[in-house]
Amino acid sequence: MADEILRVENLHVSVEGTPILKGLSLTIHRGEIHAIMGRNGAGKSTLANVVMGHPAYEITSGRIYFKGEPLENLEVFQRARAGMFLSFQYPAAIPGVQVGTFLKKSVASVRENPPKGREFRKELNAAMDQLSMDKSFLSRYVNDGFSGGEKKRLEILQMLLLQPHLALLDETDSGLDIDALRIVAQGINEVAVDSACLIITHYQRLLDLVKPHYVHAMIDGVIIRTGGPELALELEDRGYDWLEVTA
Amino acid sequence: MTDDTQDIIGDYKYGFHDPENSTIRFDKGLSEQVVRDISELKNEPEWMTDIRVKAYRHFEERVMPEWGNCALLDSIDFESITYFLRSSNKTEKSWDDVPDDIKNTFDRLGIPEAEQKWLGGVTAQYESEAVYHSIREDLEEQGVIFLDMDSGLKEYPEIVKKYFGTVIPHSDNKFSALNTAVWSGGSFLYIPKGVHVEMPVQAYFRINAKNMGQFERTLIIADEGSSVHYVEGCTAPSYSTDSLHSAVVELIAMDGAKIRYSTVQNWSSNVYNLVTKRAVAHRNATVEWVDGNIGSKLTMKYPSVLLKGEGAHAEVISVAYAGKGQHQDTGAKVHHLASNTTSNILSKSISKDGGRSSYRGLLQVTPKSTGCRSKVVCDALILDSDSRSDTYPTMEIGNSTSDLEHEASVSKVSNDQLFYLMSRGFNEEAAMGLIVNGFFEPFTRELPMEYAVELNKLLELEMEGSIG
Repeated sequence: MADEILRVENLHVSVEGTPILKGLSLTIHRGEIHAIMGRNGAGKSTLANVVMGHPAYEITSGRIYFKGEPLENLEVFQRARAGMFLSFQYPAAIPGVQVGTFLKKSVASVRENPPKGREFRKELNAAMDQLSMDKSFLSRYVNDGFSGGEKKRLEILQMLLLQPHLALLDETDSGLDIDALRIVAQGINEVAVDSACLIITHYQRLLDLVKPHYVHAMIDGVIIRTGGPELALELEDRGYDWLEVTA
Repeated sequence: MTDDTQDIIGDYKYGFHDPENSTIRFDKGLSEQVVRDISELKNEPEWMTDIRVKAYRHFEERVMPEWGNCALLDSIDFESITYFLRSSNKTEKSWDDVPDDIKNTFDRLGIPEAEQKWLGGVTAQYESEAVYHSIREDLEEQGVIFLDMDSGLKEYPEIVKKYFGTVIPHSDNKFSALNTAVWSGGSFLYIPKGVHVEMPVQAYFRINAKNMGQFERTLIIADEGSSVHYVEGCTAPSYSTDSLHSAVVELIAMDGAKIRYSTVQNWSSNVYNLVTKRAVAHRNATVEWVDGNIGSKLTMKYPSVLLKGEGAHAEVISVAYAGKGQHQDTGAKVHHLASNTTSNILSKSISKDGGRSSYRGLLQVTPKSTGCRSKVVCDALILDSDSRSDTYPTMEIGNSTSDLEHEASVSKVSNDQLFYLMSRGFNEEAAMGLIVNGFFEPFTRELPMEYAVELNKLLELEMEGSIG
């Protein structure tokens, strides 16, 4: 069995007193790609945010382990430095901060032996080429006035540069046209070889390009069924009602 | 240099000491005699003495402004201030000749290094007078005059007499009256017709003594079609007692000329910074104030432009950072006095740890000035609930052919921004530092790179150790 990266045990989470996750369990190992599918409001994004440590989400019971260590005492930035990465569904804009500066500082604070100077630029250029990103991106302000697709590309660029052990991808496919989707998928596949990936999505189309090992169907804060890639096709085809009936 | 008394030699009441001595210090307090003594000490022409005395009388009669931070203004004790202090007998042209302790101070501030690398000229003022002054030879050969104001008056009395106080009369306000009465030091800069000064020229103002009053006077004249970028910086040590910095800066941009005046003000938090800055822009001239206020206890400063000639343009970009115990009352004034004149005002302020920032702006378009355009943008960022931000915009628009825009916003750092940055490995302080630097970026990008880097470092320091 490969190394365990993430283990979620019977997790209950509330936001402002409203329970969202109601006993969710999940384990992901290195080299595995997991997909979580579910309707809006099922709690998918909550799971990604709570694993990353968003302060608005309160864990009422259950635990999260990262590489075997409980997470609760780690602050968000410490989780990032430990190797966790969240690709945001709605990345925040940071006006006035140039993408180039931001990436350099972020890589320097997250990676253990961060590349410097020319080495960093080389790595950055390669990653941007791979994602078909123009160099003019670097002088723009982080996510400020970006289109949906540009934001998602910047998220994936960060993922490539930060080299996480766990990548949480929250609806990274939404708002992408098919060409962009292909490019983004290629980035995910590259990172997924050596890390654990959790893909949150509504749609099958990303999963055509990034083959998941496991697909989880989520309803009302719990995983109601787990299967292989075929489950994703079935969900796309039949929706979620049949699961509720059989549950 | 921690104790100001150790290097004070002069003790002559209301006057100067033996000229052999290297230092002259006036006794604390202000009177007509002090004003006359300053003028006499400097061997000024009678007309200047007369202006000073007239201004002093006006200062005495004039009441304190009844707006702004009245409580702080009223707490200024004019009798506890030293109005003149000479640290070095000469304004030197070589740093080697500047007294060691003063030279060390400027070394630590990085001035000689900056001069070698990228400046066209430097004036370094220490207490009341310039201790060092130089200008690149090529600029001198082109007829550029860059002197400290005292030397300017000695060497070019006719130019000074023609323009001194024409943009800011002594009676403009209580502090312009005070400055006119006791002014000392500052810069005199004249750019001849058609000359473009490519490298910025800089003045650096340093207050060192306790309870010091610094009253520099600056006059910049850019003749037709010329251009110049003037940069000023300022610092002072922290004392538990207050110092007063009250400057008057007059800019005159002749037809088609361009003046950019950049300031990075970082006084210690015991300094009252009450400064009047105003420019006249003639036909097709451009005046740009790039004004950064990071330090001081109370700053009241509203860089102004009188757009007197058709087609003239004003640009005022200012930032203010109000931290603990600080009130930054800043803004801009633009008067559209001619047709087809344009202006842009961008003001950004940050309040933190109980600090207060106020934007006070005036935009005036006279009835006969048709076809004017102006855009005013004010953004305030408040970092905690103890801090405060106010906006006092005034618009006096005299006709309907002008196109005016005004936008104002007050914001807080959003949790989404913090969470996003922290998920990228930044701790909370670093995340705040990035957001704050980003907020000021429209200002910092206008500064020469060296200043921008310095300002960003300064702001990051301000963010440290204060987030709990």
